[in-house]
Amino acid sequence: MPERIIVPFGPQHPVLPEPIHIDLVLEDENVVDAIPSIGYIHRGLEQLVQKREYTEYVYVAERICGICSFIHALCYCQGVEHIMKIEVPDRARYLRTIWSEYSRIHSHLLWLGLFADGMGFENLFMRSWQLRESVLDVLEDTTGGRVIQGSCKVGGVRRDIGQEKLDEIHRSLDLFDQQCRGLGDVFLNDDTVKYRLKGLGVISKDEAYDLGAAGPTARGSGVAMDHRETGYAAYGDLGFKPVVETTGDCYARCAVRVKEVYASIDLIRRAIEEMPEGPIDVKVKGTPDGEYFSRAEQPRGEVIHYLKGDGSKHLARARIRTPTLANIPPLVKMLPGIQLADVPIVVLSIDPCIGCMER
Amino acid sequence: MAFLKRSPWILHYDGSSCNGCDIEVLACLTPLYDVERFGMINTGNPKHADVLLITGGINTQNREVVKNIYEQMPEPKVVIAVGVCAATGGIFRECYNIVGGIDKVIPVDVYVPGCAARPEQIIDGVVTALSILEEKRAKMAGAAQTKEEARHEEQAGEST
Repeated sequence: MPERIIVPFGPQHPVLPEPIHIDLVLEDENVVDAIPSIGYIHRGLEQLVQKREYTEYVYVAERICGICSFIHALCYCQGVEHIMKIEVPDRARYLRTIWSEYSRIHSHLLWLGLFADGMGFENLFMRSWQLRESVLDVLEDTTGGRVIQGSCKVGGVRRDIGQEKLDEIHRSLDLFDQQCRGLGDVFLNDDTVKYRLKGLGVISKDEAYDLGAAGPTARGSGVAMDHRETGYAAYGDLGFKPVVETTGDCYARCAVRVKEVYASIDLIRRAIEEMPEGPIDVKVKGTPDGEYFSRAEQPRGEVIHYLKGDGSKHLARARIRTPTLANIPPLVKMLPGIQLADVPIVVLSIDPCIGCMER
Repeated sequence: MAFLKRSPWILHYDGSSCNGCDIEVLACLTPLYDVERFGMINTGNPKHADVLLITGGINTQNREVVKNIYEQMPEPKVVIAVGVCAATGGIFRECYNIVGGIDKVIPVDVYVPGCAARPEQIIDGVVTALSILEEKRAKMAGAAQTKEEARHEEQAGEST
């Protein structure tokens, strides 16, 4: 039997923009076990809910993670609105959907770039991030912030998008769609990409389900689970079908994200076409009393905000369950059996967002 | 600064931030902002780096990691704290696990404000840091020269 050695991976590593530490147990070049340890980003944001008023906590919720920021705020606001029985105006629901989908596109393009960088495909990395800048331009134009938008609030949204601007966005989507398809074509059909990704880090449908995988990691293995199907915000009106792949390898997870970019562009287009007129927010009175599990679909999977209010200005408890934490057990399952050189790609394939995971 | 004499290499580390500044640091490297036109490249190895770009308010577990990275970097080196939580702890200031700013752990040369800091601001911070790096280098070279002269004098004293 070959000798076993342990190679530390992280917390500071060239492919990881964020710190996570994994001890890889190797036999020659092959991984036989992986032991993750976390806690480098833990800040204690759940406890901060007792120090901030429930309307102010939206800012903190946005900064749980700088990539999924808008959807965190949306999920938190939905929870508070449900507890306080606030009906959000239709136009606000549609605007929330548009910004959510733009966040998803920007997150997926960011991930595709990092993934290409992990493969050593520098060109593709630059191209993905170049396209991502046009998404950030729209976000900055409509909300004022590039990565932290600050446009969601309890009772609606803070800013409206004028009809002229909506038309402009709608027109720009055609070119953007075309550019994304050009980029996606490389990820889906290029031989070098396929050679690197096919059959790597496989996880079966049953394993993914049993280990509680979320988002594209689950959908890449054939588990058709997307929280947008439940129809929060305006997804119920727009109609939505999850993107599913069945092979469960890195290629499938990549394909899910590429196709979700196309689906998001389509959702934004339809949301603009069906945008209702009316107010964008309602006045919020009183304080939350009660509890609720609020759920939303992030780029990485389902996020849950459990909120409990006791009738005071401060919530009594917030519990946030994020998709990356749910995807760590599947990751530990994927790593054994692969070679050391493939570890960065497999780790990236779950789209780890450590900021979310540790809060 | 009219032109750069050397190509500084940058090391980026996330010291318990929300990720917002980190992706803006990465955005600096990509075609729209492209810091490589200044001759800077992003490296993953602390021993190759001249500039440490660090984000976040540092939590108790990250403290030793940050110190370690800083000590591994060769002199002269500069540290840039990116974002308000890197400067003071920002919105996470009151969290129980946050040390509250990079300068509580390692010396900082440049502070870049913003939540999240914009790529333009980060590039501006890096360019400011480069003149500090140049100063430090000159100081080190001066110190080395004085030492060398002293050694020569000592040798001259011994020979007579």
